[in-house]
Amino acid sequence: MQKFAIAFVVALLAGTASAEEQVIKLKQAPGVDKVEGNCGACHSLAYIPMNSVYLDAAGWDAEVSKMIKAFGAPIDDSDAKAITDYLKKNYGT
Amino acid sequence: MDSLSRRNFLGTAAGAAGILIIPPSARAQSADPMLTPGVPGGVATYANMATLPGKKPLIQLSDRPPNYESPLEYFRTTITPNEEFFVRYHLADIPDVNVADYRLKIDGEGATNSVELTLDDLKKMPHVDIVAVNQCSGSRRGLSTPHVPGVQWGFGAMGCARWTGPKLKDILEKVGIKKECIEIGLNGADGPVFDKTPDFIKSIPLWRAIHESTIIAVEMNGQPLPHFNGFPARLIVPGWTGTYWMKHLIHIEALTKPQGGFWMKPAYRIPVGEFPVRDRFITQEDATSTPITEIVVNSLITSHRDGAKVQAGKVTISGLAWDGGYGIRTVQISTDGGSTWSAAKLGKDFGDYAFRPWSFDLHAKRGKNSVMVSATNMIGQTQTSKLLFNGAGYNNNVMQSITLNA
Repeated sequence: MQKFAIAFVVALLAGTASAEEQVIKLKQAPGVDKVEGNCGACHSLAYIPMNSVYLDAAGWDAEVSKMIKAFGAPIDDSDAKAITDYLKKNYGT
Repeated sequence: MDSLSRRNFLGTAAGAAGILIIPPSARAQSADPMLTPGVPGGVATYANMATLPGKKPLIQLSDRPPNYESPLEYFRTTITPNEEFFVRYHLADIPDVNVADYRLKIDGEGATNSVELTLDDLKKMPHVDIVAVNQCSGSRRGLSTPHVPGVQWGFGAMGCARWTGPKLKDILEKVGIKKECIEIGLNGADGPVFDKTPDFIKSIPLWRAIHESTIIAVEMNGQPLPHFNGFPARLIVPGWTGTYWMKHLIHIEALTKPQGGFWMKPAYRIPVGEFPVRDRFITQEDATSTPITEIVVNSLITSHRDGAKVQAGKVTISGLAWDGGYGIRTVQISTDGGSTWSAAKLGKDFGDYAFRPWSFDLHAKRGKNSVMVSATNMIGQTQTSKLLFNGAGYNNNVMQSITLNA
């Protein structure tokens, strides 16, 4: 893993296009830190803009619930609420 | 990998990126012009063309797990080159498989014995070659109306390659299959970031596992499989969607009970009776849902994008047609919105599981020219004019319609 991390930094220094770390700038609004910290631990934050804008409030509730219940994401209730509120407000219909 | 080391690594990488990275806008190419019309608008706000090791630029829908789509322009050949082939993973912990350490374990309650095979063992067995389309179940999900959550693929979560390797049937014979065996379980070396996330484990019915076309590919287009397409060995289930084509295959299990787990149910399911599929996965079926199985008949114009500018007069359009392995009988073109249809000329036949190329000469008039395409397979199945909606966005074979501007 350390080897990979070093290779990654070297690639960045060289300015090559082979380092393809995706940089996703989410909308800066209350709750964004909870989204980045929790959702971003397992998957790219790209899934959020990718699935926008078409989900309604119930749709985002279902997605966050799926991540916790089906995928075992260790997100506590208050973070889950902050995340769904953020997603509904910034990426929902 | 445990969650702690993953988190530490991510922290390190993100920190390094913050200091060193050149802003992506300065050099990354937006994927916007390469997207399929109709995918959710959010995709264009972030997706870039990006180049994985050993690949040409692909539409980067997500990098973790890696989900990269082939743009339309990569479908102008019947065989999709390895470096242009799409990439799809569910979970983000993807090891580099070391050939010396690689073992494929075959065991299970439905087997008489168990064995472990090295990559050399697989390479020494009798091989077969098969040209087959690997299409993600969710290809075209992004075109669903209404949109449904998931990776928002356009046309390009598919490719067609020549796959080479031993038959799964020959491998199962090495352990002996008991009469109680009903399914063959499959697992790959990749896994989840957190141990509470269900590992990507699948199964296929025994009858499909011992089908002559089901092989373990150790070569793709005459080369070792690219890492991101399942090196060193993956299952090939020609005619069935990609969910069963397990990458980095390390475990084959003869099962006497239906495979459980998230990825068999509720994932990868279609409503019972909604689609005209022949292949059923009976041991997994319930009253309302059944596993997706075969690829529905489909076609695509690949010579021109929607809205392309052409010269008035003769224009040759071309593209691909494919299905679940029955073979393509006809491809038809309509230039009047579907009222009348004319047969396209079919090109070289690489076998029933392959893309079938086709071409058609039309007369473009000044202004807008509508062009629709529809394929019919050897058992008379055709594409639909209206979407058969389902919550996962599977089996979208709505006839494609584009406009050419002369």
